[in-house]
Amino acid sequence: MTLPVLAMLQATPPQSLEVFLLATVVKLVVLFSLYLVGVALLTLAERKISAFMQDRHGPNRVGPWGLLQPAADGLKNIMKEESYPDAAYTPIFVLAPAMAFIPALLTWAVIPWGAPWDSPWGRIELSVAPLPIGFLFILAIASIGVYGIVLAGWSSNNKYSLLGGLRSSAQMISYEISMGMATIPVLLLAGNVSLEKIVEGQAGLGPLSWNAATCTIAWLVFLIAAFAETNRLPFDLPEAESELVAGYHSEYSAMKFSMFFIAEYANMVTASALMSTLFFGGWDIPFTAWDNVAPHTAIKTLLTTGLFFGKTLFWVFFYMWIRWTVPRFRYDQLMALGWKILLPVMLGYITVMASAVLALQRAGFAPSSWQFSGALLALNVVLVFALVFGLDRGRIVSPAYSRLDRRDLNRLRSVAHLERAAKTAAEAAH
Amino acid sequence: MAIGVKVLDRPIGETSYVRATLKGMALTLKHVFQEPVTVQYPEEKWSLSPRWRGTHRMLTTEDGKAKCVACGLCPTVCPANCIKLVPGEDEQGNRYPLVFEIDEFRCIFCGYCQEVCPEEAIHVGRHYENAEYSRDGFVYDLERLTAQTHPVCEMWDPADPKGE
Repeated sequence: MTLPVLAMLQATPPQSLEVFLLATVVKLVVLFSLYLVGVALLTLAERKISAFMQDRHGPNRVGPWGLLQPAADGLKNIMKEESYPDAAYTPIFVLAPAMAFIPALLTWAVIPWGAPWDSPWGRIELSVAPLPIGFLFILAIASIGVYGIVLAGWSSNNKYSLLGGLRSSAQMISYEISMGMATIPVLLLAGNVSLEKIVEGQAGLGPLSWNAATCTIAWLVFLIAAFAETNRLPFDLPEAESELVAGYHSEYSAMKFSMFFIAEYANMVTASALMSTLFFGGWDIPFTAWDNVAPHTAIKTLLTTGLFFGKTLFWVFFYMWIRWTVPRFRYDQLMALGWKILLPVMLGYITVMASAVLALQRAGFAPSSWQFSGALLALNVVLVFALVFGLDRGRIVSPAYSRLDRRDLNRLRSVAHLERAAKTAAEAAH
Repeated sequence: MAIGVKVLDRPIGETSYVRATLKGMALTLKHVFQEPVTVQYPEEKWSLSPRWRGTHRMLTTEDGKAKCVACGLCPTVCPANCIKLVPGEDEQGNRYPLVFEIDEFRCIFCGYCQEVCPEEAIHVGRHYENAEYSRDGFVYDLERLTAQTHPVCEMWDPADPKGE
């Protein structure tokens, strides 16, 4: 018996070791330098977008349109004093920023960002490491990301930092479950955990074959969970400044603080890229099969790469858009949403989707046919409406009083009523 | 309950988090495409009202001397007591100020000095950039007051209340 993984590894055209090594190094250097510059520019983009949403100009003093602002910020952070609290456990205190930052970078290793290129030296896949177990790798690495924040909170030896770290660990572990669940329908449709295959599976019918159309609820849950995973508003409780000063990075200064900041943006880009790959067709150009078939020329590679980064940047913008719109959740609301809403919804949805896929396959529709995708889309539209109208009315985000039992509420109300009556009676007697 | 707190039902049936979020997102997106309201201060400046009352200015006659005749009305009317005036007299018997100082820190910019001045000499100005390196710099002497060039306040005229 041969493992399917081995077959897949052998299916890629053979490359010489030298070409493979050289190509990998070039991809690493190009991708990560672009990525880091991009992340730096995103800090500017965030400030600009927040400014536009508040009818302001945003940073516009350093360079044209403030484009050199990230450089100035970086320079400032490097020049600043690195402070070490007396009580902090220094080795982990120093290690934690890097641990927050590295997983976000590592995830990019498996994300395919363009169509493969048949270069004169053999086929070059446009992901740093086209692993056949790509998706599992991402889940594994994403779980490591929480350590940076937890250890930063713990090693600072500060009550606010510790609370921030604790919150973050609880939050990230809770939402990781929903996030993992949200990807199961995608894997069901793709029948594979390789991100390349997931992208391939979404090609053909344009947006109809995107997983966002065929597993809409999974996408919505993934979206919400991604916000929680990256500690972005409305789920940025680990650094809720009204309660925790600055949460886990209260004690950090200079470049170490900057690392957390960069890590946040790096995580955001990674989650956006993942969302584009899993739910929005990845690099595939919709409505045409031109980009999916040989010959894989350089122009196809460039166009698909551009499209992929376009999609990714849209989701980055979406992150910022949400951040400057929605206020922070309360901690119990966050936990209730994760455990009481998203998890049961996803469990139910997986069952429904699996049944639907099975039924459609039994009925003889091919997974790439428009009937198959259309039927799933119809099912999803019905489910989304049921979910929004069924769960939204005061039930998705629970107000504080909803934790009161109905009987307790009535008892309180009657007590208050009795007291008022007694008071009026006393006044009348007086 | 010790105090009579009202326990009310909230209108759960009419509240919608999803709808409220979408509405909020539409609002923020709308603002992205609106012009910023910022006045970029050193480059752009706010246009002041013609009745803006800022730091003072002493108008001069054609030969460059202050119009002030040291009548003493402005130190008398000044509610903040910020004008210091020492009158002098020349050979022809014309009165002029020997010392005329306004402490801009004490001044409340009421504009009474301008209103009371019979010679239209002292004015409050349409000006607001008053930074100095020391507190002494805010005591404007006659030289400083005559050297100012900013436009002066147009006082409210009871005969022309809308300034037409």
